[in-house]
Amino acid sequence: MTTAICSVDALAKNSGVCALLTINGQQQQVAIYYLPDTEQKVFALGNWDPLGQANVMSRGILGNVGDELVVASPLYKQHFSLISGKCLEDDVSVPVFSIAIEGQNVVLVS
Amino acid sequence: MNKLNVVVVGNGMVGHHYVETLANSNVDAKITVIGGETRPAYDRVHLSEVFDGKEPSDLAMTSREHYIELGVDAHFGDFVETIDRVAKKVITQGGQEFSYDKLVLATGSYPFIPPVAGHDQAHCLAYRTIDDLAEIKASAKGKKIGVVVGGGLLGLECANAVKNLGLEAHVVEFAPGLMGVQLDDGGSAMLRRKIEALGVKVHTSKATQLISKGSGHRLKMEFADDTELETDMIVFSAGIRPYDQLARDADLKVGERGGIEIDYQCKTSDENIFAIGECAVLGKFIYGLVAPGYRMAEAAVSQLTEEKKSFTGADMSTKLKLLGVDVGSIGDSKGIAENSRAFVFSDERDDVYKRLNVSADGKKVLGATLVGDCDDYDTILQYYLNDIDLPDNPENLILPAVEGGLPSLGVDALPMTASICSCHNVSKGDIVEAIEGGCKTVADVKGCTSAATGCGGCAALLKNVVDFELSARGIEVNTDLCEHFKHTRKELFTIVQSTQIKTFGELIDKHGDGRGCDICKPTVASIMASLWNEHVLEADLLPLQDTNDTFMANMQKDGTYSVVPRVPAGEILPNQLIALGEVANQYGLYSKITGGQRVDLFGAKMSDLPAIWSTLIDAGFETGHAYAKSLRTVKSCVGSTWCRYGVQDSVGQAIDIENRYKGLRSPHKFKMGVSGCTRECAEAQSKDVGIIATENGWNLYVCGNGGMKPRHADLFATDLDTATLIKYIDRFLMFYVRTADRLQRTSTWFESLEGGLPYLQDVIISDSLGIAAELEAQMTHVVETYQCEWKTAINDQEKLKRFKQFVNSEEQDSNVVFVEERGQVRPANQVEKKRLALKAVS
Repeated sequence: MTTAICSVDALAKNSGVCALLTINGQQQQVAIYYLPDTEQKVFALGNWDPLGQANVMSRGILGNVGDELVVASPLYKQHFSLISGKCLEDDVSVPVFSIAIEGQNVVLVS
Repeated sequence: MNKLNVVVVGNGMVGHHYVETLANSNVDAKITVIGGETRPAYDRVHLSEVFDGKEPSDLAMTSREHYIELGVDAHFGDFVETIDRVAKKVITQGGQEFSYDKLVLATGSYPFIPPVAGHDQAHCLAYRTIDDLAEIKASAKGKKIGVVVGGGLLGLECANAVKNLGLEAHVVEFAPGLMGVQLDDGGSAMLRRKIEALGVKVHTSKATQLISKGSGHRLKMEFADDTELETDMIVFSAGIRPYDQLARDADLKVGERGGIEIDYQCKTSDENIFAIGECAVLGKFIYGLVAPGYRMAEAAVSQLTEEKKSFTGADMSTKLKLLGVDVGSIGDSKGIAENSRAFVFSDERDDVYKRLNVSADGKKVLGATLVGDCDDYDTILQYYLNDIDLPDNPENLILPAVEGGLPSLGVDALPMTASICSCHNVSKGDIVEAIEGGCKTVADVKGCTSAATGCGGCAALLKNVVDFELSARGIEVNTDLCEHFKHTRKELFTIVQSTQIKTFGELIDKHGDGRGCDICKPTVASIMASLWNEHVLEADLLPLQDTNDTFMANMQKDGTYSVVPRVPAGEILPNQLIALGEVANQYGLYSKITGGQRVDLFGAKMSDLPAIWSTLIDAGFETGHAYAKSLRTVKSCVGSTWCRYGVQDSVGQAIDIENRYKGLRSPHKFKMGVSGCTRECAEAQSKDVGIIATENGWNLYVCGNGGMKPRHADLFATDLDTATLIKYIDRFLMFYVRTADRLQRTSTWFESLEGGLPYLQDVIISDSLGIAAELEAQMTHVVETYQCEWKTAINDQEKLKRFKQFVNSEEQDSNVVFVEERGQVRPANQVEKKRLALKAVS
């Protein structure tokens, strides 16, 4: 099942935006990253930075560390994997959500 | 046990060093200091700099407060008149008495004034203390000619001071040549040529017989050869004499030609009395340099501890700049020793003279004289000090470098005991120890050992030792920016500049690897901004920016932002203040005045930023770049417009400068300051670029820093007109932008420049790299393409796209919660958030 989030147009290329979603009855801030030149194109992590204790993950810089696609927290610069949500420097992780592009829309896959 | 009562007579550089060393040792001593001058110890070596823009306070080596902190009982402006060796006490002119267990004489020396008839009239002065300088300055005011009697090291220093006062400087010397003690005839003649070319008149073989009233000027000097010289002022700097009267009166042994006799432990003929520095004589030798004085002080302190050090003499080799001329003298510089054989190189086109004295078998260096070029000094000194065997053709040591010539001495040949920094007594062994203790850069080693932080003459040698030792340990100093670029920031800058690449994608495709990261992306964005100056939110550039640049505001701990509009030089209209207050009220922002003379508004929600800025822009504000690695503020004092003391319009100058450099992206943030007079109320000397008004223009200081590691800025150029000032700042900033590492402030960048201040001055003032025009053109481009980033952004919906909190909702971040404190908002802590949530539920 898929739920529409926003149009592809609302995303920022090679960067992130944040959406407010209801998942399993819970409100969730979800960071959505758009990397148009990768195979997967869109990635979604929880917006809550467990180390910085603020909703900021969508505002980090994207890149890679070795083979891992990562986002760097804008607060204290720890790297989180876009695939697993795991932090590379500390023993914490953020939730990963499954999203996809359908036509002109970005959708949550559940 | 009672504390050991130590009384130190004299608070010059050496006396002070004794006090510091003793206070920091494990000796349980009560220290009393009695200084004859009214101020605590200061740096006498750099006395002439007071006429070159420095304040007397800049020379201070300590303060009354510091002595209090050390628990030292200090008395200034009082002379010890009597030593009662039986009762073990000293009595001062002012009638104070101090008992001692150990007495240390560090009375120094006084200037020798030749007993010429008429030497005691007005405007015949000495050059020794800060008070002397004040007299010299007063005497020179509005006058034309100043004569310095004495052509030695101190005399030429003094001539520099006289010249800096704007007088026509003359040097009168009794001997046939200048610096006869340190230089051979050839070197002395070359020094004279060079000094005369600088406009200083030199008169040698002149015995002054009478000083009488002049006709055109205040004074007339009459010489033995029936010539005469009129002048407005005479300063005696013809050598020093040990101040040993106190010791003579107390029946301590003194040398034949003066000086308090000491042994290798710096003890005088009374075992409870020590003498150190220029007042002491060891063998027949008085050590009139500061480094040996320090060693004596340390040896004397060590006699009170378990570790007994000796002072058995010191190397008197010296390298210095006299009136801007490089002069070096090593060991037997004149080749007096019987077995000495000399090599001499003289270049009368570039005015360079070098003499190398070697042993008859050609194996050892005995001494050297260098004038006009001291590049070989360090190498020759190391051969000399460490008794290293010379290569087959020692003359190559002083010959100009030719293809295939002799390389300079490899640092691996130096023994561990080799002294690298004589100011701070740092040996090669100390440096190796620092590296083994974890130091990885020259800057680390400097911080750890203090090497090269005194006169700085050993900086190049230090770097060689550090580089060699690091590579010997297999420590590869990786200067790559990050895993994506195998280049330093400086190299990357050159690549972007020469290839004219305008996007990160193209740059990493052609010169890097992977997708980039939070290190290289902002760095490249900054480089491209410095060079091409496009808007930070252009589609290609936006993903490269740190969040602060992306939202053109400073992210705070809870994810909200702070907003800082530019207030050039801190000058602000009342209506703008009102507008700031209104914006803060409307959006519920916490307000605070910053250290940079502007206002910071905290707690702004990302989605409110465009509206806040729209209001601010209507009130006449521009973006303040507080979020960027770029110019922050130009702090100013109120200047001559209002202030009774101001000599120039510092506010006007600061506004112009802030408007010129605002928006320039750089390796790190930088700050500037403009003060309207030497009182320096804008604290310009703690800024990256500091400007201080003088009666004749502006003095420029560079590479200062407050913050984590304060650094006093260096005086770069003096009495500049505004056009030249701007030209130098343009070049300086662009040179920094080009060559510094990522996140390297100007102060640490400066420390990493080999060649230090003279090198930087060569590049900026003399254009030694031939890049000045290019640097200026780059700056002109940045200035001409300036735009207020916020003004552009609020008129461009595409750029505002990311300012929405949620792409699919108008709600706000529920985790951003404020509570009130002292009448303003602040972020709630976890406990407060929970309490507020509970309240909402119930």
